Amino acid sequence: MSYCRQEGKDRIIFVTKEDHETPSNAELIADDPNDPYEEQGLILPNGDINWNCPCLGGMASGPCGSQFKEAFSCFHYSKEEVKGSECIDYFRNMQECMQRYPELYPQEEDKDSSTQAESDTGSASAAPTEGSALSPETDATPSTSDVSSDSVSPTDSQTAS
Amino acid sequence: MLKCRTVWKKLAPLARASSTLCRQNVRRAGLNNGRIVRAPAAQMSTGPAGGGGENQIYVVLVGAVCLGGAAYAYHTLKGDQKRYEERMAELLSRPHLRGAEKTAVPTESEPPAEEATETEAVPEPEPEAAPSPEEPSSPVPEAEAASSSKTTEPLPALESTPASPKVPSHTPYLLIGGGTASFAAARSIRARDPGAKVLIVTDEPDLPYMRPPLSKELWFSDDPSVTETLRFKQWNGKERSIYFQPPSFYINPEDLDSAENGGVAVLTGKKVIHMDVRGNKVKLDDNTEISYDKCLIATGGVPRNLQAIERAGEEVMKRTTLFRKIEDFKSLEKVSRNIKSITIIGGGFLGSELACALGRRSTDSGLEVIQMYPEKGNMGKVLPEYLSNWTTEKVKKEGVKIISEALVKSVTCKDDKLEIQLKDGRLVKTDHIVAAVGLEPNVDLAKSAGLEVDSDFGGYRVNAELQARSNIWVAGDAACFYDIRLGRRRVEHHDHAVVSGRLAGENMTGASKPYWHQSMFWSDLGPDVGYEAIGIVDSSLPTVGVFAKATAKDTPKAATEKSGTGIRSESETEDTAVSPVASSTPTPAVEQHKDNYGKGVIFYLRDKVVVGIILWNVFNRMPIARKIIKDGEEHADLNEVAKLFNIHED
Repeated sequence: MSYCRQEGKDRIIFVTKEDHETPSNAELIADDPNDPYEEQGLILPNGDINWNCPCLGGMASGPCGSQFKEAFSCFHYSKEEVKGSECIDYFRNMQECMQRYPELYPQEEDKDSSTQAESDTGSASAAPTEGSALSPETDATPSTSDVSSDSVSPTDSQTAS
Repeated sequence: MLKCRTVWKKLAPLARASSTLCRQNVRRAGLNNGRIVRAPAAQMSTGPAGGGGENQIYVVLVGAVCLGGAAYAYHTLKGDQKRYEERMAELLSRPHLRGAEKTAVPTESEPPAEEATETEAVPEPEPEAAPSPEEPSSPVPEAEAASSSKTTEPLPALESTPASPKVPSHTPYLLIGGGTASFAAARSIRARDPGAKVLIVTDEPDLPYMRPPLSKELWFSDDPSVTETLRFKQWNGKERSIYFQPPSFYINPEDLDSAENGGVAVLTGKKVIHMDVRGNKVKLDDNTEISYDKCLIATGGVPRNLQAIERAGEEVMKRTTLFRKIEDFKSLEKVSRNIKSITIIGGGFLGSELACALGRRSTDSGLEVIQMYPEKGNMGKVLPEYLSNWTTEKVKKEGVKIISEALVKSVTCKDDKLEIQLKDGRLVKTDHIVAAVGLEPNVDLAKSAGLEVDSDFGGYRVNAELQARSNIWVAGDAACFYDIRLGRRRVEHHDHAVVSGRLAGENMTGASKPYWHQSMFWSDLGPDVGYEAIGIVDSSLPTVGVFAKATAKDTPKAATEKSGTGIRSESETEDTAVSPVASSTPTPAVEQHKDNYGKGVIFYLRDKVVVGIILWNVFNRMPIARKIIKDGEEHADLNEVAKLFNIHED
């Protein structure tokens, strides 16, 4: 049974687990997915990539930002059977660039970022530490189905991913 | 203006009337500056009005008086201008000297020479102007030219020294201030404008870094070299630096212009002292000018100090820390190892966090940690009274001696110890003071830039899109902005700096989005008490708190372990879908809940609408809280709303 107390202007309610078992009848306003004010996820409503998505970390803004954008755009718009197969050159450019900044893009073994992207639904801890640049965004897309809209703006993690 | 008008009104009828009255009034009016214009008119009107010898004497007398008055007024004006020039030269010579001191040793001989030449230039105008009031105009411009040439002379000398970098004369994006908001904006701009060239100018010697660990995680580190590395280990073992990015992320300011794909350059140790909005350019403390297309002001703030301490003199100031930057952390860390007693004045976020951090250390070192504040309990201005009291007890358990309802009257230094006299008569003796009594937003550029400063909240006044004027945005602690949902406010939290910085960056690249995504904040008071909050969380508002009893799983430690990050604003993006685990402990009897606010949700209401929410030891539920505030609805039963948070589960 819930227990209620008033201390001046402040109200205090203690509730047991049973008290909160029945579903809530509080009404929330339905979210508009096309609300221009809202923070967008990785993919914008018109299908473009949101380079400012917090999920990308510093990938699009760092020294290798332009190479990353080229490679990922190519991959995103690719209509080939093996998605991104024609984008190998861009990815190679990106990797070369990243190798020049090992501090920002730590190199791990088996670094094939494009193939890792799709398969890596990865846990949070995997994403920042591995050099795989593309895995983070796969985390972001499921989160848009959440009650509120998507990702809050985080601060940067130590790696650029 | 009014004086001129009254003078003119007086003169007009009198000019037609007798010349005696005219003469008297003219003499009276001679004391005003408006004289210069009026005098000739008076002369002309008295001339033809009268006739004969008498009138001629009057004319001569009046003429002489007019001339004398005109000369006097002119001299005064020129004197004012000269005083102004002197003052400006003096101000310029000061940062000049500081800037010179920062550069390498070989240039040290130059600063005394520079200062000497500048002060010489300044007295020159005075002796020149004194003898001839009739011709002050010619010597003054000469002297001005002389002084300005003298100030420009030392500059090439400074610039030739190897230590000072070459600054680009123009940058498309100029960010003033090198903190969290600035960095977030830089990243946002780079993401949206391909190849953007961004220049950050900061008066600190450090690259952009995050502040929360300075009062939390860095103190808990086991690493003895933490003051050098500034890296901290989170509960789950993951290590990170407080710097947002290592130095290799940035490019050198001198390479900014030529960088093919643009980049972010940070100019450290330089302060922007003047902003010319009409000319779209700023002036640094070493007199270099940088023009911009778009500018962000993210100057943050300066810690406030108590008047009692400021009045107390150098011995007390030497033993006082105003905590904000990396260097403050370093010095306090060092000091805390060598003293017996430390007192923190202030019961808000910073004060309480530092008290807990130092209190933890006190168990090993035997350091006495005292915290004093005017409120009744810790976080007294944020938490409702019952929760504030409960929190205070927890802080005491961390080893802190709390002195509440304490107003500092005076501080003195006696025999190397500080004595704090409180207004109610209590005396506290301590070795060192940390003042955590608020932040004064830095609005130094408001005057030169012609920007509005908010009188209620402080800071630059900006609209909902964070814009102050065309091409100028403000973000972070210094921005007093219009929040569409919650009204005009100014927020001093880390996540707000990130959110507002990002937004400003977006708007600087053409987005025109208002502040909509509500920022959050968090605080940990030891390993057992932690909370996340969003919106307006002011203890003067009526609140409704819904609590359950906490299990071992509901602690900040557990939250960071699960999400893998200590910066809890990131926990939302890092979160994975973890299905809630049913609590295995049986529901305790109601009586035990009476004073145990283990975990719960507290709603802050304004006109029956929820404007703020605290998640008390309940983590990873921020999106729900954000949604409730965004809706801005009146909910009849807040217990039903509380159900949305599943507080009994992990």
